[in-house]
Amino acid sequence: MSAVILLALGLGFMALGYLVYSKFIAEKIFRLDPDFKTPAHEFEDGIDFVPTNRYVLWGHHFTSVAGAAPIVGPAIAVIWGWLPAALWVVIGTVLFAGVHDSGAVWASVRNKARSVGALTGDVVGKRARSVFMIVIFLLLLMVNAVFAVVIAGLMMDFSSAVVPVWGAIAVALIIGQLIYRRILSLGMVSIIGVVALYALIGIGPSVPVQMPEQVGALSGNAVWILILFGYAAIASLLPVWMLLQPRDYINGLQLFIGLIILYGALVVFNPSLVAPMVNTDVPEGTPSMLPLLFVTIACGAISGFHGLVAGGTTSKQLNKESDVRFVGYFGAVGEGMLALGAILAATAGFATYGEWSAMYDAFGKGGVNAFVEGGAYIISNGIGLPEATASTLLTVMAALFAGTTMDTGLRLQRYIFQEWGEIYNQQWMKKPAVATLLAVGSCLVLAFGAGADGSGGLIIWPLFGTTNQLLAGLTLLVVTVMLRRLGRPTVYTLAPLVFLLVMTVLALFAQLKSFYMAENYFLLGLDIVVLIASILVAMECVATLKRLRQESAEQAS
Amino acid sequence: MSDDADLSRGERLKAWLSRARYYAEEFYSAPYRGAIARAKRDEDDLFMLMVFSELMGVPNPVGYYTLELQPLMLERFHDWHRRMGMEHSPLDDMRCC
Repeated sequence: MSAVILLALGLGFMALGYLVYSKFIAEKIFRLDPDFKTPAHEFEDGIDFVPTNRYVLWGHHFTSVAGAAPIVGPAIAVIWGWLPAALWVVIGTVLFAGVHDSGAVWASVRNKARSVGALTGDVVGKRARSVFMIVIFLLLLMVNAVFAVVIAGLMMDFSSAVVPVWGAIAVALIIGQLIYRRILSLGMVSIIGVVALYALIGIGPSVPVQMPEQVGALSGNAVWILILFGYAAIASLLPVWMLLQPRDYINGLQLFIGLIILYGALVVFNPSLVAPMVNTDVPEGTPSMLPLLFVTIACGAISGFHGLVAGGTTSKQLNKESDVRFVGYFGAVGEGMLALGAILAATAGFATYGEWSAMYDAFGKGGVNAFVEGGAYIISNGIGLPEATASTLLTVMAALFAGTTMDTGLRLQRYIFQEWGEIYNQQWMKKPAVATLLAVGSCLVLAFGAGADGSGGLIIWPLFGTTNQLLAGLTLLVVTVMLRRLGRPTVYTLAPLVFLLVMTVLALFAQLKSFYMAENYFLLGLDIVVLIASILVAMECVATLKRLRQESAEQAS
Repeated sequence: MSDDADLSRGERLKAWLSRARYYAEEFYSAPYRGAIARAKRDEDDLFMLMVFSELMGVPNPVGYYTLELQPLMLERFHDWHRRMGMEHSPLDDMRCC
C-alpha cells in the first residue's frame, strides 16, 4: 500500500477527531466556559500564573510532551505490522489521549491549577496520592534509563551524528549567553542558532566519531551511557537559562522543521509500505501483540506523562477555559502526527521486505534506529538530501529530544530525593549535588540492568510504557470522579480507563513470564513492583467508584 | 484596493515581523518564566538578609552602607519575612503586620 494513503487516512481521522469529537467533549462533557476566570487571571503574578496566548501555550505544551517516546514506541511496535500500530495511534489519539490531555488541563484549571498529583489527593484520596508518587518515581527512573540506552545506541550506530549532537549543546550554551547578556535580539539569535545547527548536521558525515566496540572492560555503549549521565547530571544542576531554555527553544524550532521535512519528503516520494500489514512471521521471542501493543506505544496513543505537564505549567497559563480544547486536545493530535510519521518511516523507509525484516530481527530491535534509517531513505529519495546527511538530521532530532527529556527527568528526580531528605530530616540528602548523584546512581543501575551492554535491545521499553499508562489511568480517574460529582456522563473517561488498566495488567503478566523465561531477574523484580503499583491503582479505582455510587445513592434518597 | 495594499505593504511587513518577534519571545521565555523569577527572588532574599542583618543581631561589616538601603527595601519586607516562614515581623522596632 502507498504510504501517502495511510498518511492521509491517519491525518483525516485525527482531524475528524479534533473537529467533531473534541467539540463534543468540550461542549457537552467538560462544558468549557469562556467566561470562567482561569487561575492565570485569578492568581496572576507574572511568575507562574501568566495568561498566555493559546498558540504560544500550545507550542510549548506540545514541545514539552513530544519527545523521543512517540518515536521509539511506534518504531518498536511496527514489528507486529503497520496496521495495528497505525490503528492504535489514530484511535488512541482521538479517543484516549485527546480526552486525557484536555481532561487533565481542565481538571487542573477547575482546581486552582494544582498539579495532577495534588489533585489525586484532593479528589480521590490520600492513599491514591501515595500511589501516584510511587508511579511517578518509577516512571522517571525508567525514562532516564531508557533514553540513555536509546541515545547510546544512536551514537554507536550513527557516528556522523556525534559531532552535531554535542555541537548542538555548545550552540545552545552560546545562544543562552547571547540572549542573557542581551548581545543580540532573539530573532537574530534564532536564525543563527538554526543555521549553526543545520551547518553542524551538514558537516557531521565528514567528521564521524566512532566509539570503539570495547573500551577497557566496558563496551562502547556503556561508555556512552556513562558520558550521557555525566552530562545530564551537570545539565540538571546548571541554572535553566544557561542551557535548558535555549536548547528547548532550538529543539522546538528544529522539531517543526524536521516534521515538515519528513512529511514533505513522504508526500513527494510516496513510498510503498514494505512491512507487512499484519506480521504473521514475527521473530522468535516476540511477545503476543494483544496486550503488548498497547503498552509498547504509550506516547503517541496515550501517555500519563502529559498529565504532569498539563497540570504543572499549562494550566497555570491558560488564558480562557475554552482554550483547553485547542491546547490539550490538539497537543495530543500533534503528538499523534509525530507517532504516525515514525510508523511510516519505520515501515515504508526500506527498499525491500528483506531489509525491513533484517532490521526487526528481534523484539525491541529496530526502534529509533529503524526510524532514522527509514526516515533518511525517504528524505533522500523525496527531496534529494544525501542519505548520510538525512540520517544525521534525524539522529540529531531524536537524540536531542531524548537528551532534553533525560535532564528534565533527572532534575525532577533530584527534587524527589531532596523532598525525601526534607521529610525524613536527612540534611545530606537535601544538597543538590548529593541528590543528583543519588538520582544518577539509581538510573545507572536500571540502565545497566536493562541491557546497556548493547546486547538486549530495548527489552525494558514496554515496562516503561506500562508505567506511563498507569499514570494516565490515575489522571483519568481524577477526571472521572470530577465528572461524576458534577452529574455528567463518565463513560468517555471511564471506558479508556478500564481498557488501559486491563491491558496494563495483562501486559505485566505477559512480561513477567518472558522475563522469567529469559532469567532476567532484575527486570522481573521491577515488573513485580510495577504490577503491585498497578493492582493498587486498580483497587483505588474500584473503591472510588463504589464510594461515588454510594454518594449519589444517598443524594437520591 | 491595490493602492491601499501597496501603501501599507511596508507597514504590514513591520506588523507581521513584530508579531513574529512577540511569538518567538513568548515561546522562548514562557516555559521558564517561573523558574527564573524564583531564582531571582532567591538572590533578592539573600540581599534582604544582608540589608537587615544588623537589626537581627548578625554583625555586618558593610552595615553602614546597607543602612541606607533599608527604606528602599521596606516595601518588600513583609513578603520576605512571610516567605522565610515568620508569620510576623521578626523585628521589634519594625512592625509591618
